Amino acid sequence: MSLSGLFLLVFLALHAGLNACALVSRDLYGTVCAFMDTNPLVQLMVPVLAGGFIVHILFSLFVEFHNLTARPRSMQYAVANKSQATSWASKNMFVLGIIVLGFLAIHLVNFWSKMQLQHWIGGEGQNAYDLIVNLFSKWQFCVLYLVWFSAIYYHVSHGFWSAFQTIGLTNSLWIPRLQCLAKIYAEIVFLAYAAVPVCFLLGIRS
Amino acid sequence: MKFTLKVWRQKNAKAKGRFETYRVDGISPDTSFLEMLDILNNNLIEEGKEPVAFDHDCREGICGMCSLYINGRPHGPDDLITTCQLHCRKFNDGDTITIEPWRSAAFPVVKDLVVNRNAFDQILQAGGFITCPGIVPDANALPIAKKDADESMDAAACIGCGACVATCKNGSAMLFVAARVSTLAKLPQGRVEAAKRAKAMVAKMDELGFGSCTNTGACEAECPKGISISNIARLNREFLLAKIQD
Amino acid sequence: MSDPKLQSKIPAGPLSEKWTNFKAQVKVVSPANKRKLDIIVVGTGLGGASAAATLAELGYNVKIFCISDSPRRAHSIAAQGGINAAKNYQNDNDSVYRLFYDTIKGGDFRAREANVYRLAEVSSLIIDKCVAQGVPFARDYGGLLANRSFGGAQVSRTFYARGQTGQQLLLGAYASLNRMIKLGKVQSYNRREVLDIVLIDGKARGVIVRNLVTGEIERYGAHAVVLATGGYGNTYFLSTNAMNSNGSALVQAYKKGAFFANPCFVQIHPTCIPVHGEQQSKLTLMSESLRNDGRIWVPKKKEDVEKLRKKQIKPSQIPEEDRDYYLERRYPAFGNLVPRDVASRAAKERCDAGFGVNETGLAVFLDFAEPIKRLGRKTIEERYGNLFQMYEKITDVNPYEEPMQIYPAIHYTMGGIWVDYNLMTTIPGLYALGEANFSDHGGNRLGASALMQGLADGYYVLPYTIGDYLSHEIQTPKIDTKNKAFDEAEKAVVDKINKIFSIKGKQTVDSLHKKLGHIMWEYCGMSRNEEGLKTAIKKIEELRKEFWSDVKVPGDKAEFNQELEKAVRLSDFLEIAKLIAFDALNRKESCGGHFREESQTEDGETKRDDKNYMYVAAWEYKGENQDPVLHKEDLNYEEVHVSTRNYKD
Repeated sequence: MSLSGLFLLVFLALHAGLNACALVSRDLYGTVCAFMDTNPLVQLMVPVLAGGFIVHILFSLFVEFHNLTARPRSMQYAVANKSQATSWASKNMFVLGIIVLGFLAIHLVNFWSKMQLQHWIGGEGQNAYDLIVNLFSKWQFCVLYLVWFSAIYYHVSHGFWSAFQTIGLTNSLWIPRLQCLAKIYAEIVFLAYAAVPVCFLLGIRS
Repeated sequence: MKFTLKVWRQKNAKAKGRFETYRVDGISPDTSFLEMLDILNNNLIEEGKEPVAFDHDCREGICGMCSLYINGRPHGPDDLITTCQLHCRKFNDGDTITIEPWRSAAFPVVKDLVVNRNAFDQILQAGGFITCPGIVPDANALPIAKKDADESMDAAACIGCGACVATCKNGSAMLFVAARVSTLAKLPQGRVEAAKRAKAMVAKMDELGFGSCTNTGACEAECPKGISISNIARLNREFLLAKIQD
Repeated sequence: MSDPKLQSKIPAGPLSEKWTNFKAQVKVVSPANKRKLDIIVVGTGLGGASAAATLAELGYNVKIFCISDSPRRAHSIAAQGGINAAKNYQNDNDSVYRLFYDTIKGGDFRAREANVYRLAEVSSLIIDKCVAQGVPFARDYGGLLANRSFGGAQVSRTFYARGQTGQQLLLGAYASLNRMIKLGKVQSYNRREVLDIVLIDGKARGVIVRNLVTGEIERYGAHAVVLATGGYGNTYFLSTNAMNSNGSALVQAYKKGAFFANPCFVQIHPTCIPVHGEQQSKLTLMSESLRNDGRIWVPKKKEDVEKLRKKQIKPSQIPEEDRDYYLERRYPAFGNLVPRDVASRAAKERCDAGFGVNETGLAVFLDFAEPIKRLGRKTIEERYGNLFQMYEKITDVNPYEEPMQIYPAIHYTMGGIWVDYNLMTTIPGLYALGEANFSDHGGNRLGASALMQGLADGYYVLPYTIGDYLSHEIQTPKIDTKNKAFDEAEKAVVDKINKIFSIKGKQTVDSLHKKLGHIMWEYCGMSRNEEGLKTAIKKIEELRKEFWSDVKVPGDKAEFNQELEKAVRLSDFLEIAKLIAFDALNRKESCGGHFREESQTEDGETKRDDKNYMYVAAWEYKGENQDPVLHKEDLNYEEVHVSTRNYKD
């Protein structure tokens, strides 16, 4: 799960970078979208990416159910754990994951199905920039996406350092450092994503 | 001081448990938590009721026998202590205190607040040792860097109480296993069997029904000996390398 | 002349060659025969775990029994300070002889010379073994092992793992044990209490055990039985022993014919956290290692004492010239590192004189202000950090800022089951190890020697000496637990438990145990006299009757029942209490931990009577309402010059 997680973190950063292009100019964004639509390596990576998601999801399901047998519902404490030291995100990764996944479906319908998928099935993809402008002119969608990004933020703020811990690439010195890096990474990703709907809604870009 | 105690009562492993409420009065703030339970038990016996069963032995925080989940925290509302080191001065007069046993599928309840932690023994039996029967080399024949010896000792402080499992939402025993693996992995004499040890102990842990680690860090927060989760990273490292070498 | 019933079997030859000669001559059992022989080990502390692991490694089939949920919880785990060994790694002129001599002298010349010499001889091997097992002893920057000093010694020979040496050594032994459990050579029986020892044709052949979870009575047979159940310090109710530590197995052995030696030699440890009130359940030890740097004092002026008790001033406010560092004053040569019995009595002397510093008047200071100034807080933290933390958790006082308060408490019992050189009791096939036997510490044990003895007995002595007995047992088939002797022993156990339940009295076990504790502390505590001891014997007998007519044990016998466990143990503590008083009354000299007011020097030091009491007092059980009978084993010192202990210069 940690390896697939790290893989998805790379994707997350790439995607954030691509989004940021939309904030620069319509043309630049158009160019990168065209590149993503046609570059053979990207075409190859898309199913790999999907595979990464599936692996991540399957592992998380396995771990969650395994852990439910280790501490079944019948063995929950009457007084919930009052430990202060653990982060909220770390205890709710599965739920956060479900939220992320649910919104991801919406997102794919909103964008990907109208863009890259159209290319693949031989149709004509819609202009991505137009899609953004249309969608984020509606405040409901903006809120929806911001909730989604928040979930990603929490999921990543734990997942980032946790992945390193699980593959044993930490020690007492690097655990706090990576935890800090995780927060910074999650914040950057969040800001990069959130900037798009916010800018388009507020009309900073159109 | 006086307290209202909500205590988990369960006749035996198979019986269904429930909470009972008791009151104790006239407790000195300097009384330890377990002494307060002694007083409760003395009262219960005098009233003709059954005393509350709970594990305890050394009462100085080293044997790892005491195991109470008090007001939502293993070993109660203080850091770096075992239940027997908790004192009533940590509570307010008139508080309601809820006392539960460790809860995990791998630690079945024996009676009331007593659980069976035999699974820990079994994990250590799987590989938590160095094979060294008979006469061995001189103790100073093998110098060990102070830093390594100290790190080994940090991990070796584990008392096997099970607070890590009790507090972990996944019921994972990773910190316990990691502490032992780390203790031996940091010493040259422990390296010889390191790969075999990590694999055997992890396999046993999984087999016994402990959960998987999701790095919440709750174990480290509640460990009475402050054992660091960096040991879990070391265990993961040892385990992965051992698997790769196969 | 020693009593003919006490054959100590000390090998012939010069002291330094006895063990070597013994090993050369003792019979060994062949691997093929070892596989056929079963050994029961009761108790899994340092002695029991090391013995069980080693015997199993040799090829015997071993069964171990412990009352806790895991062998690792045995009370050896609580030993803090360290373990002695004559390694001379510090090049400070330590040697086997010096360790031997310090131990004999520390024990006030009441230990058996040959046993102690052997202990010093094998001490080095223990450190090797523990390092091989992965015990993370403290080390210097060069990677070599570090040492510290302990009471009663002028060399640094104590190896340590922070303040958790006992824990680390036990985990080492437990790890070896675990390996043998995995290999199927050791059967581990947890949460089981041995309630009787079964004798067939006069030989120990098994045990009757109560399963503490189900309450079932179980039988186990073996060719030999080893008792490693620790001491009987909990007779005093308040002690530094763990709550479940008990002397029941010793009492069963005693009742079955094993002699009980020197029961009055009880160690009172000088550095324990003082009693805070009636609700207290046990006392916490602060390691003797603290006396390496800490300085013990009380105020010189009574008015300062008054102000301290009223909390008008803090101890740190008392100026240097108004402090009485009484150990440094009275014992300049050893200062704060005098043996435990001496330090304890000195504390009592000051408190009796009205200088005790807490509300109860029963406490003295252990001060670290000077060493913190000299060495820096960091060094002190490194050396004693966990002890300081423990002290603060219990007392809510920060010992980095204010001195600790300490007072003596019951800690260890030098007395125990009488054993010969082979560690065999007067019952053939029944052995006793570690604190459970009497053999190595005489009238007083030196710090860091308990761990040494437990591991020496288990790793390096019993595995050799047991061959002497088992080599004659290779023809004996597996012990049949259907034998009549097992029926009888089980019936006696069941009857005893039924009797306890049938009483349905008014007093809880703890309240009766507290009463016993008060009697023992008052009359058989730090100082004893004839009249007091006679009173004690009378009061113990009355309390015994009270127990058997008025104890209240709730619940059922066929279940997990901690009150029943405690009741059975208390019934046995009452027997031991009687023995302690009898032995103390008999020994009309002051010696080690046993201080008879009638026998003291002008400045209040112990006064031995070598002419009349240079013997081991071994007591034989004669029946429920009979007085025990005394047998004497004379102590012959061939090598050491018997002198008066002097820690002054």
